Amino acid sequence: MAVFRRQRSPQLFSSRPAGALRTLLLIVASVVLMVYDRQSGRLQQMHAALSTIVWPVQAVVNAPHAMLLWATDKLATHMALVNENDALKSDLKFSTAQLQQYAALEQENMRLRALLQAAPRVPGRISVAQLLAADLDPFRHLVVIDKGSQDGVYAGQTVLDENGIVGQVTRADPLTSEVTLISDPSQAIQVEVNRTGLRTLAVGGADLDQLSLPYLTNAADIKEGDLLVSSGLGGHYPPGYPVAVVTHFERDPAEPFAHATAHTAADLSHGHSVLLYWPAVPTTEISVSKMPAASPTASKARRRKKP
Amino acid sequence: MRDLSPPHGVGVIAGSYLAALILTIWPLPHWAEMLRPTWVALVTIYWCLWLPQRIGVITGFVAGLLLDALTGTLLGEHALALVLVAWTALWMHLQVRVFPWWQQCFVVLCIMLIYSFVLFWVDGMLGYTLGPALRWTPVIVTALVWPWVTLVLARMQQRYRVS
Repeated sequence: MAVFRRQRSPQLFSSRPAGALRTLLLIVASVVLMVYDRQSGRLQQMHAALSTIVWPVQAVVNAPHAMLLWATDKLATHMALVNENDALKSDLKFSTAQLQQYAALEQENMRLRALLQAAPRVPGRISVAQLLAADLDPFRHLVVIDKGSQDGVYAGQTVLDENGIVGQVTRADPLTSEVTLISDPSQAIQVEVNRTGLRTLAVGGADLDQLSLPYLTNAADIKEGDLLVSSGLGGHYPPGYPVAVVTHFERDPAEPFAHATAHTAADLSHGHSVLLYWPAVPTTEISVSKMPAASPTASKARRRKKP
Repeated sequence: MRDLSPPHGVGVIAGSYLAALILTIWPLPHWAEMLRPTWVALVTIYWCLWLPQRIGVITGFVAGLLLDALTGTLLGEHALALVLVAWTALWMHLQVRVFPWWQQCFVVLCIMLIYSFVLFWVDGMLGYTLGPALRWTPVIVTALVWPWVTLVLARMQQRYRVS
């Protein structure tokens, strides 16, 4: 290769500085990489290495955002802090009051499930992660969070916010992780209508914050304002978390399925922090005798709407 | 890439790529997303036109891999697109150098069409087919930004004698 280049390159007007062979090899390499990357998990180490290399770029982009947050913290007036403190205190009282009822309900639910010999719903562990300020590929609904595999994050993990399901971790790199939102065109989530228990599939699309429900029949009992919660079917997302609220439902007798769209319960476009969810036990090995009492940290995030 | 004279001004080239990567993921409001030029492709075209003995398809490939890792696309997607961009720019660099600025813009437009088509094609196979405006508006924006990028990078290249 070197000999080949030395013979040709010294000419001032050499019109082929790029070796055709080299270009061809790189094109083949790119295609091979894409094929291997598509079969997920094969290029984990390469992803980890590359993401560590580009991590400073993310840090630089995130710096002004982080500084702004820091400055608002530092420059907050005494009065504003007192007001915020008051608001938080009353919020906490309200939540604690709701939780008292929730703990009783959860115990009752577990007893009933044990009577039915159904698998109990075990609450998982929750931890907070911050979103990094960065615009990723505009065609994918992705965000980067500041926790990585070093913090125990794994691919496929459920990500929530205080209002509902945000999405799932699609890649856990050492320092950061990439989260695909439920509104991404490649995502679908198993949901049930909270009011009736009707199960269906909510799929993502072009718009952030929007899900569509393409598999509802015209006879489906559903109306605008219905809450959709995760059904846990498929074993991917934990059951019972809010996913979306139906915003539009239209029956068209000429077509086999109705048109329905829903607005995500979680704030996908403006959130700054998310919650990472670790299931308490693998869903396959649940024993009724090992029912733990509802831990306050986990149940705090499970704020379900009660009728 | 290989040159007999010692390299000069590697920092400027690396810095231009770093700036391009930063601008690529800099947070913008949702409506402004389609007005974002494809910075890494612009920088690659510039260095391929004016420094073809040093910058070429390999640089394009590496920059593409970094861009893939940064933006969460399939590894190799932007790499493939940027290899083709670099190769096209190298292939016609002697002609394009003497073109007036508006003809250069047209050439950049054509190169960016190739770039966007590769991404469109790969994304299409993965099911990301929505948003035609988001796909094709940056092609025009990138071509319009080209003269200013040339101005800045040429100034930097002269000042730090990048060769």
